Amino acid sequence: MNVPRFVRLAEQGRAPIRVTIDGREAHALEGDTLMVALLSNTGQLRHSEFGPEVRSGFCLMGACQDCWVRDEQGNRMRACTTTARDGMAVRTTKEEATWPTLA
Amino acid sequence: MADPRVIVVGAGPAGVRAAQALVEAGLRPTVVDEGRRDGGQIYRRQPEGFARSYPQLYGTEAQKAKDLHDSFEALRPHIDYRPETLAWNLTAGQLHVVAGGERTAVLPYDSLIVCSGATDRLLPVEGWHYAGCYSLGAAQIALKSQACSIGKRVVFMGTGPLLYLVASQYLKAGAQVAAVLDTSSLSTRIRALPALAARPALLWNGLKLVAMLRSAGVRLMAGISPVAVTGDDERGVSGVRLRDAQGREHSFECDAVGLGYHLRSEGQLADLAKCHFDFDEPSRQWLPRIDEDGRSSAPGVYLAGDGARILGADGAEAAGRLAALAALKDAGRPHAVVEMPQLRKRLATMDKFRRGLLQAFPWPHQLASQLPDRAIVCRCEGVSAGDLRATVRDLGAQEMNRAKALCRVGMGRCQGRYCGHAAAELVADAAVLPIERVGRLRGQGPVKPLPMSVPLAVEEQA
Repeated sequence: MNVPRFVRLAEQGRAPIRVTIDGREAHALEGDTLMVALLSNTGQLRHSEFGPEVRSGFCLMGACQDCWVRDEQGNRMRACTTTARDGMAVRTTKEEATWPTLA
Repeated sequence: MADPRVIVVGAGPAGVRAAQALVEAGLRPTVVDEGRRDGGQIYRRQPEGFARSYPQLYGTEAQKAKDLHDSFEALRPHIDYRPETLAWNLTAGQLHVVAGGERTAVLPYDSLIVCSGATDRLLPVEGWHYAGCYSLGAAQIALKSQACSIGKRVVFMGTGPLLYLVASQYLKAGAQVAAVLDTSSLSTRIRALPALAARPALLWNGLKLVAMLRSAGVRLMAGISPVAVTGDDERGVSGVRLRDAQGREHSFECDAVGLGYHLRSEGQLADLAKCHFDFDEPSRQWLPRIDEDGRSSAPGVYLAGDGARILGADGAEAAGRLAALAALKDAGRPHAVVEMPQLRKRLATMDKFRRGLLQAFPWPHQLASQLPDRAIVCRCEGVSAGDLRATVRDLGAQEMNRAKALCRVGMGRCQGRYCGHAAAELVADAAVLPIERVGRLRGQGPVKPLPMSVPLAVEEQA
């Protein structure tokens, strides 16, 4: 669902950047983690492989690996420890199974 | 004699103070840290370009945070600092690292000081797999590092001092805090006061936080039993349900939950170093065995900070320095040995406080065994309490690694960091065994998931 999950409370004077989420353009701020760039625009990062539910990360410190997303080439990124960059394009939809085995 | 090669893992309070002692003694240690910047979790630094002040970020601990960051800045020219670098494996005298997710290296060492820190300790509740349910530490990181709240209306649930600290930080930052729900009762907290008085300033700070939350009108409940995080598969969290100490059910609407039951030590590297672990009765967790200076049972391997004992940031600074002094002494390069008795004494006081906290905010292990069969225990693999009980009952798994092999509990992405303790409680309960008899999930390399290309690249190097 597209209701943003995170709420920005301060530090909103930073330069804007643009990211593309599942083909839709969205706004974020320079210095955002990829997770914040995504969850200030949408409510989820991925689908669980073992259940029907969406996921949106859990630990934010690189320990749980619940926040993996993929770029348009299918490369895996851990959203909580990746810095968002202007022009990044990310997939949160369930396409993992259709990609070939990744090196 | 050539200088001993010393590696410090971690650039939080323990790692920085360890590195500092090594530099003072004339060495050039390697500091491997997963973070993008130094400070660890507690003194985590905001990214460049953020403008909040030290008091805004760290409150009463602002000066300590600044001192640690300044000390590290001064160390930078004298150390081989490797940020954004994961120590993913450990073999005899060699630390295997990967930087930026792809550049590998094998670093030989004579002494290794592991300051691996801690993560939140979690106890599952039905519905904790819904989007919007985060660890308590996650809620704090969102605020400290990114100036965000994890939701529009947040419930904090679990136990431990962090519950009140994070709730008060959210309130001060302008977030909406719906409730703070603590499984520990007021009476256990009162009984712990004599032990907590070992560190009166900290105790006083804690009491002030609770008073601040109360006067701001935040609903505080003690002695609760979580029933469920409510929500749905697509939209995630919509509320929490719980029972109060009298057994009456309550519910709160919210779109985010910060859940945590104090902390657990990150023990994977100590495990790979073949350090001996002992069951720690007060915390009901397995901890690596260390002597009073931080020497593990593995020669040349030293452990300090929350990765060895949850003593908090001040304890980590003292333990980091002490472990480095011990390593220097053992390497025949004694430095500042005169400080060692004083550091040991400080750590003893902090350990008394640690025990006080465990008494005040006990790990409510009985809640794990009471989980309904349908509740997800292992979030990574979707293993339910019922699956785990059946594994014990029908397949005879009476030990954690056996249960993992048979039902995949703890086998997923987080490698059992978030379900392991509660899963052990469930297995012990179902097998009618004392918790220490069911063992613990073995740490395995890589300590975090890596693409296959990383270990292969290292093999070529060797």
